[in-house]
Amino acid sequence: MTSEGHRRWIRVSHWTIVASFLTLAVTGILILMVHPRLYWGEVGNDLVPALLEIPISNNHQPEGWAKTTTFSEVPGSPISADRTYRIFNQNGWGRSLHFLAAWFLVATGLVYVLAGLVGGHIRQNLLPKVKDLSPGSLVQDARDHLRPGGNVGGGPPYGAVQKVAYAGVVFVALPLMLLTGLTMSPAVTAAVPVLLDVFGGYQSARTIHFFGFSALFLFLVIHVAMVFVTGAGRQLRAMILGK
Amino acid sequence: MSEKRIPRRAFLKGAASSAGLILAGCGETEPPTYGNILRMADNLTYKAHRLLLPSQSLAREYDYRDISSSPAIGTTNPADPDKSIYSEVQGPVYERHLKNGFEDWRISVEGSVMQPGSFSLADLRRLPSRTQITRHVCEEGWSAISQWTGVPLHHVLAAVGLKPTARYVQYRAYDDWADCIDMFDALHPQTILAYGMNGRDLPISHGAPVRLRVERQLGYKSMKFLRSIVVLDEFDDGGEYGNIQNGWSWYAGI
Repeated sequence: MTSEGHRRWIRVSHWTIVASFLTLAVTGILILMVHPRLYWGEVGNDLVPALLEIPISNNHQPEGWAKTTTFSEVPGSPISADRTYRIFNQNGWGRSLHFLAAWFLVATGLVYVLAGLVGGHIRQNLLPKVKDLSPGSLVQDARDHLRPGGNVGGGPPYGAVQKVAYAGVVFVALPLMLLTGLTMSPAVTAAVPVLLDVFGGYQSARTIHFFGFSALFLFLVIHVAMVFVTGAGRQLRAMILGK
Repeated sequence: MSEKRIPRRAFLKGAASSAGLILAGCGETEPPTYGNILRMADNLTYKAHRLLLPSQSLAREYDYRDISSSPAIGTTNPADPDKSIYSEVQGPVYERHLKNGFEDWRISVEGSVMQPGSFSLADLRRLPSRTQITRHVCEEGWSAISQWTGVPLHHVLAAVGLKPTARYVQYRAYDDWADCIDMFDALHPQTILAYGMNGRDLPISHGAPVRLRVERQLGYKSMKFLRSIVVLDEFDDGGEYGNIQNGWSWYAGI
């Protein structure tokens, strides 16, 4: 397998997206720490059961709420209660920085996809061919990558597993993150309410956003591990210098 | 119960000034960035929303059975001096209002208007009302669905008469917190001065006697415990009691 490294526009967009993604990851966790509970549907708050509680902050304290009042006399009526404890909250800069990074990711992503479509990168290198998707081909490719000193280039052509992973990130995971992110915007869902139906509600979108991040983080870990397995010096040179 | 139309005059004026806001580009009427890159990103989001999203689209409204439990956070009683946000001046005023059931409470509406005035609770109830069951989205990440009843802000603004130069509507609470919205949101049919919640008077911890509902932005724009409204020709960040100087985005349509 011969490789001529990565082209300049791919290198620039790769590292811009790396910076954006890491910023989004850190601020995203920061935002989640403020309300570390996930729900399904439209509604979720400290007074209703969670689908999942994530132990990354002490912000959910069931004992920290003043006496509850009910909104009606009907049994099972919704309740209200006043929070009596102070919470950790850095969302002021956290969310603004999250969106700053999101703007960079969206702008870079658009340039990447347009350039990739026009120049043929997406069709030639990124989208898996039918033969790539056979189990034999995927297993063989994984073996090639994991063999010490394996014959893996520092740029296209990519192996079958690489194509599936990269195309999954570009065309499934990142668009899903964008759409579930937009579904959390009250201004956007007023204009495009179908987003709420597609993802099952505001809190569902928030939960999917979290699992989308988890998948992307898993990709990042494997991606970086493979860089080291296949030769960090050669791989980094290919993505920084292009040779 | 529901009232969806905007008075044409108020709407045209609002639309004209809002269009001016976008056409003006970099003018002194824009939210300031203070050279802060985060505030620049906030403004980019704001402008993108105003450019790309239809200005009169309504936030989704839900059924009565969707009404959920709802926490009360932030200021839950402006008369409580132990709270982190407490006004030495306004706190005792609010306490007096609490004691006599808001009988003497009035909200002043002044600034860039033809006839500045003030409205009692009874005055507000006499104006056309709107009831909406909407989702409150807190910047913290939680959400709740409640029914809100109140008078659309555009009715109040029409009663005092907006001047053609009006661009922002600023509001202030009994904990001294100040915020403002642009004319797109001020004249929006679902932007109401709410005096009722889930079929009852607005509870104290949810902002009695009157709170704002701005349904297309995060919860912190829907200020509780309102005491005054000022129509502005130019943007005002609310100073030390406003979002920006406390590190928060002014626009929260996100």
